[in-house]
Amino acid sequence: MMEDKKLIEVQHLKQYFPVNGEKLFEKKVVKAVDDVSFYINKGETLGLVGESGCGKTTAGRTLLRLYEPTGGKIIYDGTDITHVNMLPYRRKMQIVFQDPYASLDPRMTVGDIVGEAIDIHHLAANKNERRDRIVELLSLVGLNTEHANRYPHEFSGGQRQRVGIARALAVNPEFIVCDEPISALDVSIQAQVVNMFEELQERMGLTYLFIAHNLSVVKHISNRIGVMYLGKLVELADSYELTFNSVHPYTRSLISAIPVADPETSRNTQRIVLEGDVPSPVNPPSGCRFRTRCPYADERCAAEEPKFKEISSGHFAACHHLDRVK
Amino acid sequence: MLKYIIKRLLMLIPVLIGVSIIVFVIMRVFSPDPAPIVLGQHATQDKIDAWRVANGLNDPLYIQYLNFIKGIFTGDLGTSYYTKTPVLKEILSRFPATIELAIAAIILASVFGIIIGTISAVKKNTIFDSAGMVTALIGVSMPIFWLGIILIIIFSGTLHILPSGSRGDPLMQPMKVTGFFLLDGILTGNIQSIGDTLAHLILPASALGMYSMAIIARMTRSSMLETLGQDYIRTARAKGVSEGKVIRKHALRNGLIPIVTVIGLQLGSLLGGAVLTETVFSWPGIGSYTVDCILKSDFPVVQGVVMLVAITFVLINLVVDIIYAMVDPRIKYSKKEA
Repeated sequence: MMEDKKLIEVQHLKQYFPVNGEKLFEKKVVKAVDDVSFYINKGETLGLVGESGCGKTTAGRTLLRLYEPTGGKIIYDGTDITHVNMLPYRRKMQIVFQDPYASLDPRMTVGDIVGEAIDIHHLAANKNERRDRIVELLSLVGLNTEHANRYPHEFSGGQRQRVGIARALAVNPEFIVCDEPISALDVSIQAQVVNMFEELQERMGLTYLFIAHNLSVVKHISNRIGVMYLGKLVELADSYELTFNSVHPYTRSLISAIPVADPETSRNTQRIVLEGDVPSPVNPPSGCRFRTRCPYADERCAAEEPKFKEISSGHFAACHHLDRVK
Repeated sequence: MLKYIIKRLLMLIPVLIGVSIIVFVIMRVFSPDPAPIVLGQHATQDKIDAWRVANGLNDPLYIQYLNFIKGIFTGDLGTSYYTKTPVLKEILSRFPATIELAIAAIILASVFGIIIGTISAVKKNTIFDSAGMVTALIGVSMPIFWLGIILIIIFSGTLHILPSGSRGDPLMQPMKVTGFFLLDGILTGNIQSIGDTLAHLILPASALGMYSMAIIARMTRSSMLETLGQDYIRTARAKGVSEGKVIRKHALRNGLIPIVTVIGLQLGSLLGGAVLTETVFSWPGIGSYTVDCILKSDFPVVQGVVMLVAITFVLINLVVDIIYAMVDPRIKYSKKEA
């Protein structure tokens, strides 16, 4: 299924948002995503993890040009789409949003929510074809035909997220950004939805960017995982490699925080607890952004920003003290 | 739904009882004795007493009140102290003028208010937004009578393109069918009269609608700003829906729900009669007439008008609530809701 062909690539992606400063008329920028580069191969799932506010959602949305990027390049299937009209690409790239309660128009029936995308891209020749397609999509995500005439508020969270997925699939996309698609769901439903994502990927050859803050879920579904901190990618590696051979102190602390089902192992492993809060993205620390919470930080970290470099095949990290982090 | 409507109509009863008591008491307590006003300053005490007895004003208050209530149920609201015509007839001859003006004003206010509000929201923090909101600010702050006078000076006094007052040229009035000049003109196919009515209507409707327009524009802006920030708007964009369609189909349709209420409330208060506008434009509506009657202590007329306005207001609110259920699938009034 997986090919070594880049489907989507971002180079030095930057997304800044203007905000009002503390003083009157003072303007500042939040560097939500600051110089991030990665690629996703065809048929692959790239997981993106990080704390709230680290810019992972912004990265996903900017990738689809739901925000206009401040800088950098987005390349889809060999074409630079940073400044093109997105309409043809909306067919190929879709998104499933985090909040299934807010992401569906309350005044449209589920059939119309799914059908609207079909209309825009003229994917159905007539009404019957449109209806058949909607029914097909709903059954694909485990909903019934009669659900098409209902409104979103009549569904449970899990069902709504299925509607959101059916909607994303309506255009037969190649690539889907899954923007924390399960974090708003009950734990019992989460597994179902994650499994559905995997099944759909197998059946339709989809490529995913899977954004989440739950590392254990991401580990399960992703081929490779990227870790973000304050708008920067700090480590990116194969899923297995990242879990067992992570080198960045931040990744390490995240991994140590995954609950382990076995109490014996749990007792014997040491948790790395980070101190303090994430600094403000309006005014990030100089040099390495993680230095304010990093146990290894020294003067060099404050003065010089570490480069995001390949330390072994396919394993990237940005840290000055890779040799010391053990 | 039917059950809900009946329930709401039944709720009219306590409202009307309350309103009737308030208007009855206020008129008796705060208004001067009508007898000397009706009979003139040279009337003798005997004549005044006789008139008071004839009009039931010497009865105990509760008897007077019960007579008033009895009148409502028998469709007899009494007769005006001055014109001696039945109050109902007086009101019905003037109410169409007020309704026509109010509806014209609310249409102007809604169309321009929603357009201005939407542009302000979509082009937030730009010159368009500022211009729209300054217009709205002027609209809420400018006294109606002053705006009316300015409009008359400009369009009637200086440019001579629009008439300065009244409902229409008496020679061009349409045959009376409903009492609404515009509707009558259309029904009788009298094109000249339609034009004349519109020319007379536009200035007072603009003056009267200005305040409502400002309120609607502000409400639309804040409602649209909220809606435009919703996730489903982003979903629509992700589908590839064009920006214009995102605004019309997704944002406006959802954002309009609270605006419907505002429009309904505004219409309700406009129907109560726009005293200032009607006075400035010598519009023969119910507002200026009522004020006139209050000053002359014409109890039956004032009571009748207030009751009518209260009923209208409640009914309009009911209509708004029904429209609510139609535009928002999440609202259901029947018990069937699961």
